[in-house]
Amino acid sequence: MRDALRRLQQLAERRLPALTRFRRTEPMPIELHRRRIYIVPTGFGIGFTILLLVMLVGSLNYSNNAALLLTCMLGAAGAASMLVAFRALDGLALASVRAGQAIAGEALALTLEFESTRPRSAIRVDLGNACQPFAIDASGRADVTLPLATAQRGWQPLPRLRVWTTWPLGLFRAWSWVHPAQSALVWPRPENSGPPPRLPADEGLRPRLHRGEDLAALRDYRSGDPRKHIAWKASARLGQLLSKDFEQPESRPEWRLDWRELEGMDNEARIARLARWLGEAHAQGRRHSLWLPGQPIEVGSGPGHYARCMSALASLP
Amino acid sequence: MMRALHRHHGEPILDSRAFDLLCLTMACVLGVHVAHLPWWLAGALALVLATRWWQRRHHGKRAPLLLKLPLLALLAVAVVFHYGTIFGQEPGSALAVGLLVLKLLESETPRDAKVGVSFACFGLMAALLFDQGLVATVVVALGLLPALATLRALEPAQAPASLPHALVPGLALLAAAVPLALLAFALVPRLSSPLWGAANRSEARTGLSDRMSPGNFTELLVDDRPAMRVSFDGPPPARELRYFRAYVMWVYDGRTWEHVQLRRADGRPRPPETLEARVTTGYQVDLEPTDRAVLPALGVPPQAPVDASLSPDREVFSDKPVREPLHYEARAALHYRLQARLPEAARRFALRLPEGFNPRTHALAAQWRARYGGNDQAIIDAALGLFHDGGFRYTLAPAPLGRNAMDDFLFHTHEGFCEHYASSFTVLMRAAGIPARVVTGYQGGYWNRLGNYLLVRQSDAHAWSEVWLQGRGWVRIDPTAAVRPERVSLGAEAAAGDQLGWTQSGWLGALRNRWDVVNHWWAQGVIGFDALRQRGLLTPFGIRDTGTAMLGMLLAIGTALFVAIGVGWALWRRERPEPLRQALRRLEVRLARAGITRRRGEGPQHYLSRAARALPAQRGQLERLMNRYLDLRYARDEPVPELLRDFQRAVREFRPRRVVK
Repeated sequence: MRDALRRLQQLAERRLPALTRFRRTEPMPIELHRRRIYIVPTGFGIGFTILLLVMLVGSLNYSNNAALLLTCMLGAAGAASMLVAFRALDGLALASVRAGQAIAGEALALTLEFESTRPRSAIRVDLGNACQPFAIDASGRADVTLPLATAQRGWQPLPRLRVWTTWPLGLFRAWSWVHPAQSALVWPRPENSGPPPRLPADEGLRPRLHRGEDLAALRDYRSGDPRKHIAWKASARLGQLLSKDFEQPESRPEWRLDWRELEGMDNEARIARLARWLGEAHAQGRRHSLWLPGQPIEVGSGPGHYARCMSALASLP
Repeated sequence: MMRALHRHHGEPILDSRAFDLLCLTMACVLGVHVAHLPWWLAGALALVLATRWWQRRHHGKRAPLLLKLPLLALLAVAVVFHYGTIFGQEPGSALAVGLLVLKLLESETPRDAKVGVSFACFGLMAALLFDQGLVATVVVALGLLPALATLRALEPAQAPASLPHALVPGLALLAAAVPLALLAFALVPRLSSPLWGAANRSEARTGLSDRMSPGNFTELLVDDRPAMRVSFDGPPPARELRYFRAYVMWVYDGRTWEHVQLRRADGRPRPPETLEARVTTGYQVDLEPTDRAVLPALGVPPQAPVDASLSPDREVFSDKPVREPLHYEARAALHYRLQARLPEAARRFALRLPEGFNPRTHALAAQWRARYGGNDQAIIDAALGLFHDGGFRYTLAPAPLGRNAMDDFLFHTHEGFCEHYASSFTVLMRAAGIPARVVTGYQGGYWNRLGNYLLVRQSDAHAWSEVWLQGRGWVRIDPTAAVRPERVSLGAEAAAGDQLGWTQSGWLGALRNRWDVVNHWWAQGVIGFDALRQRGLLTPFGIRDTGTAMLGMLLAIGTALFVAIGVGWALWRRERPEPLRQALRRLEVRLARAGITRRRGEGPQHYLSRAARALPAQRGQLERLMNRYLDLRYARDEPVPELLRDFQRAVREFRPRRVVK
């Protein structure tokens, strides 16, 4: 049944582009206007209308004109609230969408930036099952963050969002579909476990020691320590020779992660393994480089570097 | 109530602002109903409301079920105990108000609040069934404000506002709704007959009664509610002619005068008494509900108004009791001769007195008859002279009278008001052999210059006599006027002196009389707008009878018109175009005419450079324009006004010369 409905909807969108054009993707900013705002009464609105009808019949029956006037006032106010609901959305613009970073299977934080020339209240955005209310104050901008469910790595087109409101009385629901032509990049999911990266033979055996600049600790003197590393004052106090130990930031070997070394595995398994290695390297603060077909990435470290590597992995074909 | 047991817990909880407003809404409903609720019920409900508000605010807990169910049962028992039933307008509304207040005990979610607000609207409307005056209606309409504010407060994500500020948008919404509401009010077709039983009220209305026994006027004479409002086709009649007849009373049992329908010997109703009058005056009456059928009529009515009939004594009776404010048009004969020939049966009836009462009164009448012989007018003058010079006093609090009430009054107490004077005068006349009867009705009234109508209050109720004289028919004699002429020339208030409440006398009373014009307009324009008036709505446009179909069509057209206006408002974008952008836009239009259209997403710098390349002849001009624009747009937060004006002028003067290829 639901499939049939969806097929019908797809057919309608194909055959009646004029009717459904506002449901297809559009470049941002997307401004809501009268051609794309729809209004129906809510369940409460229908119930309230029935109540008004009862009040109408009651006041007519008792020929009580004051009650009739009150009923008319309430009814007219309800009708006017429909226009207010429309105005709550009319002119609202989705200025941009900023996608956060997430690995496949986790929720990706999507930040929608709305703009308006006047303050608005009680507007809600639906994305899947998530719904986030927001208001726009006098500054004319509001950021709304929603979680976007992800399934697999790569460019994921943004889904259709529903912007809606039942402002001001909850009698009418005004809504508009917004489908920004933008995609979010989802990082690949690392494999759960596997071998560590194979280190180059010469470097794996003999880690290069770099003398750092920063004093890290004092330790017992070992023969061969340079004389200027000896902490003379501390040694004099303790009666034995102590050496200054300097931080060795590159004590861990840097990893040269290479697509070509994972010969014989399928693409996704390779990507998952590389993702795990990247994650471990990032967690350990280890410098690393990544070679991917067509886009070698130089050695580096830090969140920016990690993000660059992961994004490159994610966008592999 | 039971829904609380299996409410699913996914729903959000009402925030405290929404709950405060909900409590305020219920308090308003209770407030507008308090006038007809028994005081102990109103007090108990107010206590429940306040306690619940305090409890949720400070403890935030739900009310225990153990408390809710007994309270519900208690409410039902209290209503049945007080009214004897739960059906009918008063018990029904008492129960509804009680249920609304108890609904607060289980209002925890927005859904509950919405249901509560809906029924609160209904409860507000129900209050108008008891009083549809202007003040009551305005108060009830203001009661809608917290209801609307509650609904608003249920919406998520809004700017915080103080409680009074939360009520303002509702007021704006109601104000915006007024035109459409008035249109709908005027055009919704009225029912010509009710679908189900009309309102019945247990409350006894004060008003004229068809019996006059000692003391039952006192209540009326201090009741200053309007009885009716009368407007005249011409100028208002002179004060001493403003007598509105209601009941004609023939039967006296020594204590009570009673109105009875006299019939002929064969049981058929008598025809109305003959009336000779050359001139009649047209007038319109807006009568307040009386629950009785009698319609007070000025002077003597030549014929009955629509939907009413004349009694043999030319009283006017409506076809059904007046339970809603009634508007009727009538004519009055102010100078007339009523029943020039008195049938013998009627004469006997008009002379009948109970046996064995008031011997001294009888003796006095006999003495007069002996002294004046056949001169009836002289006897009347003697009686009036007695009232005028016999030390009689007008008071609303006379001494009580004994079994021979008229003897006591005439020879001992010498104090009383219209009822005593009319009664004793009539008894004197009958005892002297002059056919006489008591007439009750209204006399006087306040002439409201602003509204051009006569306001007659319940306190203007009056009783007088009619005596039958050969050749003149029934003649009105007002014995009270002999004692206190102000009663007729100035009105009941002047006659009563300082015996009335402080609201009825002095400047406040005068103010109230003037303010009454608003009530009159309200009563005429809103309350009295019935099916008949609605059918005549389009008379100024040449349509005599506006049918239901016509009304429906007009309603549809009018609503469509208002919707169109509303949609126009909704679509109107209020942002004023920024002058700088407008100037650039103008430049773009000019360049577009020369064939250089700005591409989608193209910045002003890129576009204007492209234009400069495309129009080499005006390159310098365009580059200057571009630099000025960029400077205005980006160099400062706000464009400098003088520079902006220069730029606008430059754009106005710029004429692209078409490139000849």
